[in-house]
Amino acid sequence: MDLLRFITAGSVDDGKSTLIGRLLFDTKNILADQMEAIERASKSRNDGEIDLALLTDGLRSEREQGITIDVAYKYFQTPNRKFISIDAPGHIQYTRNMVTGASNADLAIILVDARHGVAEQTRRHSLIASMLGIPHVVVAINKMDLVGNSEDAFLEIAQTYKDLANKLNIKDLTIIPVSALNGDNIVERSKHMPWYTGETLLSVLENVNVLEDKNTTDGRFSVQYVIRPQTDELHDYRGYAGRLQSGSLKKGEAVKVLPSGTESKIARIEFGGQEIEEATVFESVTILLEDDIDISRGDMIVSVDNSPVVSQDLEALICWMDDRKTLKPGDKYLLQHGTARTKCSVRSIEYQIDINTYEKLDEVEKLKLNDVARIVLRTAQPVAYDAYQQNRANGAAILIDETSNVTVGACMIE
Amino acid sequence: MSNEVSMSISVKEASDLSDQGNIDRRKPDYLDQLEAEAIYIMREVAGQFERPALLFSGGKDSITLVRLAQKAFAPGKIPFPLVHIDTGHNFVEATDYRDMLAEKTGSKLIVRYVEDTIKAKNLKEPTGKNASRNWLQTFTLLDTIEEFGFDACIGGARRDEEKARAKERIFSFRDEFGQWDPKRQRPELWNLFNGRIHKGENVRVFPISNWTELDVWAYLQREGITLPSIYFAHERECILRDGRLLYNTPVIEKDPEDQIVTRQVRFRTVGDMTCTAAVESSAATLEEVIAEITVSRISERGETRIDDQQTEAAMEDRKKGGYF
Repeated sequence: MDLLRFITAGSVDDGKSTLIGRLLFDTKNILADQMEAIERASKSRNDGEIDLALLTDGLRSEREQGITIDVAYKYFQTPNRKFISIDAPGHIQYTRNMVTGASNADLAIILVDARHGVAEQTRRHSLIASMLGIPHVVVAINKMDLVGNSEDAFLEIAQTYKDLANKLNIKDLTIIPVSALNGDNIVERSKHMPWYTGETLLSVLENVNVLEDKNTTDGRFSVQYVIRPQTDELHDYRGYAGRLQSGSLKKGEAVKVLPSGTESKIARIEFGGQEIEEATVFESVTILLEDDIDISRGDMIVSVDNSPVVSQDLEALICWMDDRKTLKPGDKYLLQHGTARTKCSVRSIEYQIDINTYEKLDEVEKLKLNDVARIVLRTAQPVAYDAYQQNRANGAAILIDETSNVTVGACMIE
Repeated sequence: MSNEVSMSISVKEASDLSDQGNIDRRKPDYLDQLEAEAIYIMREVAGQFERPALLFSGGKDSITLVRLAQKAFAPGKIPFPLVHIDTGHNFVEATDYRDMLAEKTGSKLIVRYVEDTIKAKNLKEPTGKNASRNWLQTFTLLDTIEEFGFDACIGGARRDEEKARAKERIFSFRDEFGQWDPKRQRPELWNLFNGRIHKGENVRVFPISNWTELDVWAYLQREGITLPSIYFAHERECILRDGRLLYNTPVIEKDPEDQIVTRQVRFRTVGDMTCTAAVESSAATLEEVIAEITVSRISERGETRIDDQQTEAAMEDRKKGGYF
């Protein structure tokens, strides 16, 4: 059985938490005591109805305000797959939280209220899904019961959405009419919308192919830690602990160490102390090289015939996440890419993207919280990167404020 | 890249995978994926911090952490000590197991006692029915962090346990007072963990955040790990109180309404004796335990943790105060 991570984007008003509650409820993943707790909490708010949204809003202030502020994770499974549901807030002031949730997602569910159609936040959530390179997008047109389960209403919204999606980089799109409140087309096919012959939401979640989303071609291994037991029997042992960011590496393969460019061969690959022949994408292994060369945390081992770009100059889309300071040309930060950290300075802001209208804004002087822009960076040490849209793991980077130590920017290298 | 729009997703044809290399030789198993992620996180701790520690309780989650740490750093030893904050009300089976495991893995074991903190700080110990020292562990934990200058503490908390934990980051920043601020968590993007802190601050790291209770049991079974015996069915004299079975030990203050009963029980979680309830069970092996949990309709903490039942935000409040 494999694992699918999906993010749900939308606001409480769109029925997002209700949708997750419905998925958990209809797949029998809500346990008796959790249900009782929800019933208790629902009653204490005097609205009588059992509120499935209470399952995901975990913090006191979220329950008080009835909104999702930060990302919440829920876990459930069906006989076919295990799921990690990432519940992200929909309001524009929490865009950075949505970006956080979207960064690891295989699939995004974007909720659209059937009464309102494609709205500003639909555009915003779609841009984030596209920019973060989420391979599969499911648009759930919710509250179909409130528009008379009308096929025409559905087709009109679906067409508007497809026109919007054409401006973005969405590899695989599915549009489903649902009612989260009534459970229509979530797990069970709707009796109220016989005209819809496509899949239910759960069916998409269970069947979408996540294997083919992984980059299996570019061998990239970031060194996290050097294992040197220095005991009598392991006196000369020097193993590089890390994770395959993408591609695969084999015993005997010729490799290059970046940024130095030194070449060697893989002498041995180990997992948990046992020798294995090959390591593939996302596996955490230990690599031993034939030659005794100077390698430390932050270095990258790559296939000799498939090299990333190694440069001190890079351009990236950035989502700015600091609510206390702005980003301006000339500002200096730490760039964390893979396991490497290097100082960098902002050369320029090329343009900002209006995340609601997708318009490019020129001559932008600074970025504020939740702004998205294309920027040019110069780093102190060379960075070995791939373009984010080709290789999510090796094209991603964060900016860290050196004085506050806070993560202030999410970068997708272009 | 073209925008392929369809009203329903078709299952991809085998030919679509022709350029995918040999990755398709096997479908990844979720346990392998969770394990690889946890090992990656363990190594980030070793790579980013100077004085990490692994918080070890003798419970199944921290036993899982120790196995993951062994795999992460093999053939070397685990490069950080195991730290146990002992309430003095722990099950002897759990503390014996703790000592055995530390010896077996060659790890340094640090134990600090809540009892000592109570004396040194002249703390008032909770009394009466359902009194527990569990909450006092926070003081001892923060003192221990300060004593050894730990900058990162690895813990076995999982997001599926409890709703405040469902919100917490994998690298969870704590200020110099050990406090968690749920409204100002650092964005945590991709697998890029930011462990930069100032002196005196620390980071709590949860490598098995994304595991469920069943994942932990399945992993223990797959790895062939022996657990403390209290996890399996055994006869035990218990206090029956409010429908729950507590171990009949002198550290629990009796109430006139308590009934003393002998039942066949096992423990689903192992914490402080005063706030951990047993469940009636005949499951004597890991397989049987997994079978029981799979059909159970009650969550782990709901069934066995008395400390979470007090208010809707009990865990959130404890964590804000510096708890694990």
